[in-house]
Amino acid sequence: MDFIIAKYNYWIYIALMMIGFYAMIAKNNFIKKIIGMNIFQTAIILFFISIAFKKGGATLPILTDADAHGHHAITVAEYINPLPHVLMLTAIVVMVATLGVALAIVIMMYRKYHTLEEDEILKEIE
Amino acid sequence: MISEQATILVVIIPLMSALITPLVGWVKRELCYPWAMFALFLSTVCSCIVLHTVITTGPVHYYLGSWLPPWGIEYVVDHLNAMMLVLVSGTAFLVSLYSLRSVELELPDRFVMFYTLFLLQVTGFLGIVITGDVFNLYVFLEIASLAGYALIAVGEEGAPLASFRYIILGTIGACFYLLGVGYIYMVTGSLNMADLSEILPRLYGSRVVLVAFAFFMVGIALKMALFPLHVWLPDAYTKAPSVASALIAPLMTKIAIYVMFRIMFTIFRPYLSFELLPMPQIMLFMGIIAIFAGAIMALAQTDLKRMLCYIVIAEVGYMVGGVGLANSVALQGVVLHILNDVVMTLGLFCVAGIITYQMRRHDLASFKGVFVNMPLTMVAFLTVALSVIGVPPTCGFFSKWYLIQGAVMAGNYLFVFALLFSSLINVVLFFRIIEIGYYSFESDDAGHGHVESHGNGGRMLFREAPLTMIIPTLIVAAIVLLVGFYNQSIIANLIQFAIPQL
Repeated sequence: MDFIIAKYNYWIYIALMMIGFYAMIAKNNFIKKIIGMNIFQTAIILFFISIAFKKGGATLPILTDADAHGHHAITVAEYINPLPHVLMLTAIVVMVATLGVALAIVIMMYRKYHTLEEDEILKEIE
Repeated sequence: MISEQATILVVIIPLMSALITPLVGWVKRELCYPWAMFALFLSTVCSCIVLHTVITTGPVHYYLGSWLPPWGIEYVVDHLNAMMLVLVSGTAFLVSLYSLRSVELELPDRFVMFYTLFLLQVTGFLGIVITGDVFNLYVFLEIASLAGYALIAVGEEGAPLASFRYIILGTIGACFYLLGVGYIYMVTGSLNMADLSEILPRLYGSRVVLVAFAFFMVGIALKMALFPLHVWLPDAYTKAPSVASALIAPLMTKIAIYVMFRIMFTIFRPYLSFELLPMPQIMLFMGIIAIFAGAIMALAQTDLKRMLCYIVIAEVGYMVGGVGLANSVALQGVVLHILNDVVMTLGLFCVAGIITYQMRRHDLASFKGVFVNMPLTMVAFLTVALSVIGVPPTCGFFSKWYLIQGAVMAGNYLFVFALLFSSLINVVLFFRIIEIGYYSFESDDAGHGHVESHGNGGRMLFREAPLTMIIPTLIVAAIVLLVGFYNQSIIANLIQFAIPQL
């Protein structure tokens, strides 16, 4: 039980990922598949964001006053790593691009076959 | 001066010219073709300069924006990826030379967009090969994949569905790779490959690192279409436009194998990949299954491009199994086979494109009478086919020779058997085509298909492909022979430095 609570962020990301995975594999409707793909990718983004987090009031390493009178994060324990956030900014762009391409292809198919169900399109192709 | 910047120019030139292509097409539609060719020619020249620098003075490091590693993104070119760079840019240049007539026929209303995507695709491929940063590799992997999805989707009937399935599986593969990056970053705090290979050996006991390794391997196996994960490949490459499949089919799977090399031997050390984990056994097993499955399924196909796709799947099995043999002879064979397989697959898909262009279809029956009608195409086809089978003066023989030698050294005779079995299947596959092409003519089916042959009649008997298509195909056939003749010096100057010290 302790094992689950202490690492709850990983459990959440695994659960989300599996939900997305299931939708991508098992659903017959293309839009549902795309939604599943998005959940899958979002789960990974949540995973990256959560590994940057530190307990105990750590903050982003932003210097509020440069002449060092006030309090700002100087030691490693006091600031959280901004790099995973930055990486995920790029990953979100990739995700949006994938979504765009997938939707464009679905539109192509809808114009041609007037349906979004995979089995109906397969029947029409054969 | 130019030789210092050549490393970055290899990637920058196709990227920038991809962005300018719509403008060029807006000025004049036809200019896109020479423009793309020019850009890829420059990129090829730059990668040749890089290759020359690497051979004479050793690996090249380029720090983007002068940010030093491990913080900045670093481009590292050693012997392995110098070879890959020349291979990718050279292939792209030949395909761009080849593309004009086929694109005009198949995608007349998407001419400008096709060349934009084409250049973006090449940018992605070159970026994957050149980068020394694991996250940067992910970004380029997605650039290449996204351009590929779009290029495949504009193909013939059923292409959008094939492309959609490729998107689903390709995204799963890329996401697994990204998860691997995340796990690695959790324990090391670094993304630079060279830095990782220094830090990771102390953590080889860690379960996080092992999970990361597993995620990397599964993700990249999806991208390389290793046998049970190959389902997206045949549909996607069969239904893509001929030029797109001539570009993507030779390169994508081989680049994924290059990435596998990097993961196993640069990010992780051979000590982990070969000794701590049972990877050699797993890879041999998967490789042998892929060879058998690919070869047998290729036999069942009646469509030329589909048959070639299953040959590609079997060839992936050669290379994965070859890495699994885990000795330096086999690894040399694998790297040489990457080179050979790109050239051979390119040649085969170029011929498939010519057949599609001339006959408007690409089933095996469309080969009827081709030896009389298209002698030059058939010369190229025969050279490449003999190489795929593995007949001595052509390049395919030598890599198979090294692989078999490595298998004998490793004492794995099942792999030897699999290689020979698939070579025999290739003999059957190609001689079936030669039989159709040599012994049957279109007049043969005049009895029952008389109206049809009149319908598309009026063509000349001698209908060789247009010059822009036949010249690159013949060049590829010549390269097949040249790589065969010079395989010794390629191995002595390049490949023996490209494999890890075992």
